[in-house]
Amino acid sequence: MSLQDSGYRGLVLRKLEEANAQLGDRIRISLKDGEVTGILMPRAQIGADPDHAVIKMDNGYNIGVRIDAQVTVSLVQKAGAGKRPSSRATAVETPGLPSVAILSTGGTIASRVDYRTGAVNPALTAEDLYDTVPELKEHANVRAKVIMSVLSENIHPKDWTTIAGAVALEIRRGADGVVIPHGTDTLGVTSAAMAFALQELPVPVVLVGSQRSSDRPSSDAALNLIGATEIACKANAAEVMLAMHGEPSDSFILAHRGTRVRKCHTSRRDAFQSVNCSPIFRYDSAGITEISSPISRRDTTRKIRLKPDFDDKVVLIKTYPGISEGMIDMIVDAKYRGLVIEGTGLGHAPERIHSSIRRAIDAGVIVAMTSQCIWGRVNMNVYRPGVELLQMGVIPCEDMLPETALVKLMWLLANKKETDEVRTAMTQSIVGEIGTRTELSAGAGRKEGE
Amino acid sequence: MERLEPGPSYPQGLAVRRANELESQEHYRAIELKIGLELHQQLDSSRKLFCHCAPVVREDEPDGRFIRRLRPTTSEMGQVDPAALFEFQKQKSFYYEYYDDTTCLVEADEEPPHDLNPEAIDICLTIAAILKSTPVHEIHAMRKIVIDGSNTAGFQRTAIVANGGSIQVGGKTVGIQMIGLEEDAARKIADDDEKNARIYRLDRLGIPLVEIATAPDISSPKEAQEVAQAIGLLLRSTGRVKRGLGTIRQDVNISIEGGRVVEIKGFQQLDLISRLVELEVQRQEGLTGIRDVLLQRGVTPNMFQQTPQDITVLLANSGSKLIRGALESGGVVLGVKLPGFAGLVGQELQPGRRLGTELSDYAKFWGGVGGIFHTDELPKYGITSSDVAKMRESLNADDMDAVVIVAASKRNCEDALHAVLDRARAALEGVISETRTPLPDASSKYARPRPGAQRMYPETDVRPVKVTVAHLKTIARNMPETLESKEERFVKEYSLSREMASQVTRSLNLDLFEKIVKVSSVAPKLVATTLENTMVRLQRDGVAVDSLDERHLLSVFQAVSEGKLTPEGIPTLLTGLASNPNREVEELLAATRTGTMSHDEAQSIIHRIVDDRRDFIREHGEDSISGLMGIAMKEIRGRLDGKAVKELLSAEVKQVLKE
Repeated sequence: MSLQDSGYRGLVLRKLEEANAQLGDRIRISLKDGEVTGILMPRAQIGADPDHAVIKMDNGYNIGVRIDAQVTVSLVQKAGAGKRPSSRATAVETPGLPSVAILSTGGTIASRVDYRTGAVNPALTAEDLYDTVPELKEHANVRAKVIMSVLSENIHPKDWTTIAGAVALEIRRGADGVVIPHGTDTLGVTSAAMAFALQELPVPVVLVGSQRSSDRPSSDAALNLIGATEIACKANAAEVMLAMHGEPSDSFILAHRGTRVRKCHTSRRDAFQSVNCSPIFRYDSAGITEISSPISRRDTTRKIRLKPDFDDKVVLIKTYPGISEGMIDMIVDAKYRGLVIEGTGLGHAPERIHSSIRRAIDAGVIVAMTSQCIWGRVNMNVYRPGVELLQMGVIPCEDMLPETALVKLMWLLANKKETDEVRTAMTQSIVGEIGTRTELSAGAGRKEGE
Repeated sequence: MERLEPGPSYPQGLAVRRANELESQEHYRAIELKIGLELHQQLDSSRKLFCHCAPVVREDEPDGRFIRRLRPTTSEMGQVDPAALFEFQKQKSFYYEYYDDTTCLVEADEEPPHDLNPEAIDICLTIAAILKSTPVHEIHAMRKIVIDGSNTAGFQRTAIVANGGSIQVGGKTVGIQMIGLEEDAARKIADDDEKNARIYRLDRLGIPLVEIATAPDISSPKEAQEVAQAIGLLLRSTGRVKRGLGTIRQDVNISIEGGRVVEIKGFQQLDLISRLVELEVQRQEGLTGIRDVLLQRGVTPNMFQQTPQDITVLLANSGSKLIRGALESGGVVLGVKLPGFAGLVGQELQPGRRLGTELSDYAKFWGGVGGIFHTDELPKYGITSSDVAKMRESLNADDMDAVVIVAASKRNCEDALHAVLDRARAALEGVISETRTPLPDASSKYARPRPGAQRMYPETDVRPVKVTVAHLKTIARNMPETLESKEERFVKEYSLSREMASQVTRSLNLDLFEKIVKVSSVAPKLVATTLENTMVRLQRDGVAVDSLDERHLLSVFQAVSEGKLTPEGIPTLLTGLASNPNREVEELLAATRTGTMSHDEAQSIIHRIVDDRRDFIREHGEDSISGLMGIAMKEIRGRLDGKAVKELLSAEVKQVLKE
């Protein structure tokens, strides 16, 4: 990391540059009432600031030192080359163990902190992964690759295409399962995208993340990664799943269906929940338990069909009291092809915007209705305004998650030629994204698998 | 087996040393004794350091618990703390007990920390001002890796608030290295060996602590005690720190010439610090002596490269219950030779703790075994002298060597004996760097190797806090009253004697004293005497005064100011309350008959007393009043003011004399 990228601005940056100091160098700051000597640290992670330099003192503590015009900064000693911890593990194939491909996309599940600069770097190789989670090699022979390093809020549908292509390649090379470490913010959305892009899967594809980064002793990354790996290469299933903690304890992992899972908490380890259905597998110290039937069983003779394209001209909007018709009009004017509405209750939108919805449909935009309740099924026959929306041509998405409906519409628009085909496909379950029955036990906020 | 046995000789030695304090001062100077203190004191803030939970430690049943594991992470030097790695490899789990209403997702490590508690920062800045320590310009929270389970995150959050400063103790200036602010750890409740787990409670986790680290300027046990007490007093003078057992903990760093620094961590009995230091110095001098003997005997480090040998067959029919038990559950007996250690393993380092005890601590920690046997203590425990001879022969040990054996599973025996060999080899260096745990008698046992500075990295979830000049001015304007001016005020305003004012000012009851004086109309002198003298006397008489809290004392003085209780009745009522802490004062006033006696009731008692002693009164005239006064007061038991009793008595006596 250079000094310019490290969060220093203004006077501090100028004084540090004048002293020819770089991050990691030992510097001395002479103040009116004394001096401070220590290692110059970055402040990118904690907020840029024009007045304070961060110094690591000899006792390991960091402090901020105010830099004003009277202060002098001098270089004491240049930093040695950053020592990269040497790897203790070597990737030795253990005969008899299944093989799993681990394709990293970013996030903190398998990363190392450079304590000198505070930067977080992804684990690059199988050795790095074994270093982070040494037990992994007791579970599988790992082929590890970093296919991208993206914070998950920055993931774009184009990235789904790249990830799906990499997964298909590994499966064709004979992997017994594929694990995709990914940031948790949009983990559930990417898992839905993989479910549509990877058709006719012969083996499981398991997305995994961590809610506490792997540089912490309390990280959930290791157990999640082990659980995901076990399920990927041993579970008798062949579909896209998402594996994360089942509760705040480090006790069991749940594997959810890729199209029916959502991040329902900002920070808890068990943030991911199956919505309107049960998880598929539970992994704990006793092994893998099947909770509900997978869509299809593991069958290595099946040939994967890759359909990796997505059309990003689709919008997801949430209705709210006061929403104006102009919102919908803008979408039509910007030539969007699809609109997923997160309506209220059973699938309603204020009558104020009905005319603009009609205009959108007339202009050829495919409009689909989901519910912002998250749990439950839309049913637009119950109240008259719902019936009117149906008559306009709004597609009810049953119990499909809004984000899954968004991904599905992006995928359909890129893979189906005719509008009618898209409309029909939206209401039919392709990879388990719609259920016809909802069991009483799949209630909102229920803790599954306990 | 190495066991803790009371050391018979030490207390006398201590007495002799105290008698020759000057001599011992010289001795400590000669061995270059250096002591540094790190004092940790809970702050009395309205919320925890990194969340908005109430900082309360509780004894009621928790609402639930969850289980976690912690794994060591590589430090920036590419090293993993060996003790941490070892604990992890043992697959240790941690249970955390929580309360729904006083702990939250932050303590459970299920939510990122909130901002640093500004109130806690202000208290630290106030303490910094008192100690003339220089505040940092920006406070940065750090993560200090701790994976013994005491922190759910696997690290303790800690920050430096100020650097430098000093405190004057007995005419000497002791340097302050730094003042820190950190979160307290979870409270260990129990070990569950069956499940290989440890149980912690989250109530204490996150309570703000101020850490004050002195320079290693302290040069005697007595001085260590004085410095600790002076800092404790100073902290209390802010009125912003918690009181009571467990709210203050002391880490003591001790070294002598030619040895490494030993850290004794988490000592809670401030009044035993000098003894703690004395015992540690004794241990370090013992180790230095052992080193010298080993070197004289020509022992070298490479003599310890051994593989523990299986001597199960030699002891298969041993009379030792412990060995038989281990063998019956499929274990083995392994042994190693400690070259040149004959007579040294049994040498006492602290009362009841020998070098063998230290070896045993290592064996227990690294091998999970119950303990070791060594030849300096054998034959004993069912092991015969012929067993010992066979052991020596089989391990090729001569008279100058010692033999250590362990009975347990093979794996544990090997781990234990390798740890014993490592520790024995380290004896060639004299005092080695360790972290030790204090024991109740102020001796200590091995806890773990000392961690280095590299286990610290930035807490990036918490924004740094700027300490502006304006903020420091506000702190300076709101400094608490110093103890000296408080003492002065007590003499002037409350008419306390100089001695009593000084005693109250330095007392743990200072806050309570001020509170009672503020809310009740009782004479401050009576409050002071009750808190400082009466309570002590009651405790000496075996009254459980520990069960009396602030609420009790406040309501007792409330009763006095409302005239329901006389000053003379206070001890009786306190005694009653101590044994019934859940009863109300009003109830006890009636039950113990300590409530003020009605005039009529008193008069009838006095009338009876006088009536029974008519002859005596006639004989002695008015002089009899003083004699009868004692009898009357005894019967009335403080339920009526002495002056009133005397008036009643005089009237009755005069009546009799008139007849």
